[in-house]
Amino acid sequence: MRYEAPTSTREAIALMSGAKGDAYLLAGGTDLLVRMRGEFIDPDLVVDIKRLPGIQEIRKTARGFSIGAGVPCAALGRHKPLLRAWPGVVEAAQLIGSDQIQGRCTIAGNLCNASPAADSVPALVAATAKAVIVGPGGRRRLAVEKIITGPGATSLGKGDIVSAIELPNRPPKSGDAYLRFIPRTEMDIAVCSAGVSLTLGPRNVVKQARVALGAVAPTVVLVPKAARAIVGTRLEDDALQRLAAACEAACSPIDDKRGTVEFRTEVAGVLARRAAVIAYERARKKR
Amino acid sequence: MQHDSKFTNQKFKLVGTRVMRPDGVDKVTGRARYGADTFAPGQLVGAILRSPHAHAKIRGIDTRRAEKLAGVKAVITSADLPDLTDGDAELYNVLENCMARGKALYDGHAVAAVAASDAETARKALKLIKVDYKVLPHVTDVDEAMKPAAPIVQPRVRSKYRPGKRTNVAGVTTYGHGDVDAGFAKADVIIEKSYKTEQVHQGYIEPHACLASVGPDGQGELWVTTQGQFAFRNRCAALLGMEMSQLKVTSSEIGGGFGGKTHVWAEPVALALSRKANRPVKLVMSREDVFRASGPASSTSIDVKLGATRGGRIVAAHAELRYGGGAFPGIWGEIGAMAAWACYDIENVRSVGYEVVVNRPKVAAYRAPSAPMAGFAVESTVTLMAEKLGIDPVEFRLKNAAREGTRASYGPTYGPIGIVPTLEAVKKHPHMRARLGKNQGRGMACGFWFNFGGQTCADLAIGEDGTVALSVGTVDVGGARASLSLIAAEELGIPYEQVRCNIADTASLGYNDMTDGSRGTFSSGMATIFAARDAIEQLRQRAAKTWGIAVKNVAWKDGKAIAKGKRKSLTLKELAEASSNTGGPISGHNQVVADGAGVSFASHICDVEVDPETGATKVVRYTVVQDAGKAVHPDYVEGQFQGGAAQGIGWALNEEYVYGEDGRLQNPGFLDYRIPVCSDLPFIDTQILEIPNPNHPYGIRGVGETSIVPPLAAIANAVSDAAGVRMTHVPMSPPRILAAIKSSREEQELTR
Ligand SMILES: Cc1cc2nc3c(=O)[nH]c(=O)nc-3n(C[C@H](O)[C@H](O)[C@H](O)COP(=O)(O)OP(=O)(O)OC[C@H]3O[C@@H](n4cnc5c(N)ncnc54)[C@H](O)[C@@H]3O)c2cc1C
Repeated sequence: MRYEAPTSTREAIALMSGAKGDAYLLAGGTDLLVRMRGEFIDPDLVVDIKRLPGIQEIRKTARGFSIGAGVPCAALGRHKPLLRAWPGVVEAAQLIGSDQIQGRCTIAGNLCNASPAADSVPALVAATAKAVIVGPGGRRRLAVEKIITGPGATSLGKGDIVSAIELPNRPPKSGDAYLRFIPRTEMDIAVCSAGVSLTLGPRNVVKQARVALGAVAPTVVLVPKAARAIVGTRLEDDALQRLAAACEAACSPIDDKRGTVEFRTEVAGVLARRAAVIAYERARKKR
Repeated sequence: MQHDSKFTNQKFKLVGTRVMRPDGVDKVTGRARYGADTFAPGQLVGAILRSPHAHAKIRGIDTRRAEKLAGVKAVITSADLPDLTDGDAELYNVLENCMARGKALYDGHAVAAVAASDAETARKALKLIKVDYKVLPHVTDVDEAMKPAAPIVQPRVRSKYRPGKRTNVAGVTTYGHGDVDAGFAKADVIIEKSYKTEQVHQGYIEPHACLASVGPDGQGELWVTTQGQFAFRNRCAALLGMEMSQLKVTSSEIGGGFGGKTHVWAEPVALALSRKANRPVKLVMSREDVFRASGPASSTSIDVKLGATRGGRIVAAHAELRYGGGAFPGIWGEIGAMAAWACYDIENVRSVGYEVVVNRPKVAAYRAPSAPMAGFAVESTVTLMAEKLGIDPVEFRLKNAAREGTRASYGPTYGPIGIVPTLEAVKKHPHMRARLGKNQGRGMACGFWFNFGGQTCADLAIGEDGTVALSVGTVDVGGARASLSLIAAEELGIPYEQVRCNIADTASLGYNDMTDGSRGTFSSGMATIFAARDAIEQLRQRAAKTWGIAVKNVAWKDGKAIAKGKRKSLTLKELAEASSNTGGPISGHNQVVADGAGVSFASHICDVEVDPETGATKVVRYTVVQDAGKAVHPDYVEGQFQGGAAQGIGWALNEEYVYGEDGRLQNPGFLDYRIPVCSDLPFIDTQILEIPNPNHPYGIRGVGETSIVPPLAAIANAVSDAAGVRMTHVPMSPPRILAAIKSSREEQELTR
């Protein structure tokens, strides 16, 4: 196995595009190295992206925030403006693993690993996050939900690298939240999860909302009907019931060792409801 | 059993204090050497090929390509472990479990093994071995396996369950006394309930590991993580056709066993590889191997019938206990049947245990083996009965608890025992009166364990500087070296720091049974006391010789020989320094069958909070009350109480072997086999009671196992209280709780 840690993006793209055999990018390695150790993959080439210029930075831009693909999740929580704007995305990222994992793992890696249970992804989708992709075809921006095509599968082409994840600026009175269900209190994988992002209008009525569910289908599910259920409301009980029902209807999970179809479906609705309430409270408290 | 009991209730100087453990510094600094932490010159890496099928005929194994791979030094199959068992059926089961013979009996069953110069070569070699399987129908569920049409796991199994026919029920045993039918006829209230528990693993941190070496002269050595070096020696020697004295087994530090390291799996394979390769072989199981192919506890299916009078007296009790033993016959149903009703004084009582073979790994002991499942079924029903009668569950248990003189359901008549005192302590405990919050519930339950004594041997050698080397043969699994050093120091009258306790290898001490049945401190403590007294006898003789007086005029007090009329006493140190001139080295020795291990009882209280919308359970408060006889080292006694409760919490709420339709284990790792993490547990409060065991010089009872017996039921009672629905299936995982809440709600709506 060959290991490269290029210091220019062009070099990284060239290495990946020109690779014969199995080539993988390495960010935090908390998925990749585990899969290598478990003998699920046997790479011929590993390209570490952590030395690429700017990859370890969180930048405030005119559009919002740009989080470099090498930024460990632990760093997100220390970035005060990011935390204030996107508390739900940050809390989702910081649910990943443990302190040790947090020091390494990235949201770009979480996204590109394409696990249906990835924690940061529903929150990113709810937040309308975009991935910045650099590759042989140049540079482009893609909504994060367009990256994942199935369990373990992405739409990225040979030589494509996610260089950053972008989050937009927040209008006033906005909030987001993420909740997952795990049987333990930590060190576990989401049985189902929900991310909600919303913005309030006059009199604290929900003006805009996005609801995304994790681990209830092969990829993250964006549920516009659930969002519509709460737009124009102040999260009254019946609105929350309709939100939960819409979420349940959007689920197509599997029965496995981590949970049953019924359980995942029902609890996804519960989590979406609870996450909406938290996001709403966060928005209401903002000016 | 008449043992010296004159020390009962004596005042101790050292026993009962919380000293530093001698193995502590090494363990926290990483210097301690566990099973995988030793190396031999020229050692090879061993690896085992395992069956991917739950049940399959092995039509052939082609090892030729693996043998040809550079770096491969030996490849073995069952042909390299010939059958030397000579009609010993149990030993044959061990042999067949170590390496499949013609048939793979479970997912993970070993079928071949290699020894190679490095791990990568060993892994490659495994991939080159071609096994020709014919997959057979399988059965992994206990109840399914008992059905007449179930696939037969072991054609050689016969029992009275289906006389003369093939069956998966390897044994049926009945315990009890009185006339159960007549008893039920007298009952005002009868409750019948069925329960299920899933298979769990002990979850020790350290996987099985060993370094085996057999030389061309036939002499062998085995360094291994084990709960019993002597038992491993005997088993391995028998399986490999070696003489016991030619195989020296040394126990490493042990990273947890809980019963799981009382059986051999990889060790005979490592020895056979070493013998064939003529090189030392190190074999370390992966976590996946440990889950698939070591010895978890039984899954069970249990029916309980309980009858009581309106006044709250149990008049009849009956239990049918079906225990999965894995692919080989066990005694797990029998132990469950014996333990089921042991807490109570019941006139008419019966329990029937069934040993069921299924296509799963061979079950091994797990901390009070079989008792937690029986306790779950019985103690859940006892609480249900108390509720139905409108009597407080603690009062109801007190009314029916066994006492000194009670004839136990499994036969013997109890001496002084601790169940009533633990219940009285629970009744008085502030935990029982604490306010419960929203969605919270409280439960309590009792538990019993037999405890064991067994064959024990100890040596106590006094160095010329007056320090003491104590050698025992019971592996230290939970701080026993500290406790035994305290006991030796107490008996000799010297400071604790002057004693160092070592765990001897099989070449250095007489036979010792394994550290199981909570026997370590009980039995080695007993042998240590007697060995110390043997040494004191010699010390008195040396003093008498020095003074030129009769031995009978010399007494031993506070670490010194004293005699009337002698102004100066002789300290242990002085006698030791002079020993080369007074008769040579001074040492004490004892060998004993440590009978009279007192039975042990505990009562637990538990508060939980159940999220009614997700079924998630949080244990918010937990209290253990248990009789220790005498707590030699209270820290480690409390540690045992807490450890058992923690394992019980995991068992009750989330731990379970999940098998797919294909009979393959779905969760052979700690990610999806969910033992509790720190944040899942509350602080576990403990209360030690000391009701001396009259059969032990210091009143000691084993304390290691009982603490895992009550949690399943205590938590089930608490969850049922919080969720408003009776939980009868362990683990009470969120999906099970949520489904139960939903179906009870639907039922209520129907009856409305
Ligand atoms: C103990 C433990 C606990 C965990 N707990 C959780 C949890 O609670 N929740 C959760 O969601 N996950 C969890 N994980 C999984 C993992 O930590 C996360 O998915 C993490 O976010 C992956 O990030 P990484 O940077 O380490 O990715 P890596 O392992 O470096 O990469 C993951 C995959 O993405 C590809 N990749 C990485 N970076 C890029 C890029 N910039 N462009 C294109 N492709 C890229 C890699 O080639 C690889 O295939 C856990 C893992 C461990 C070991």
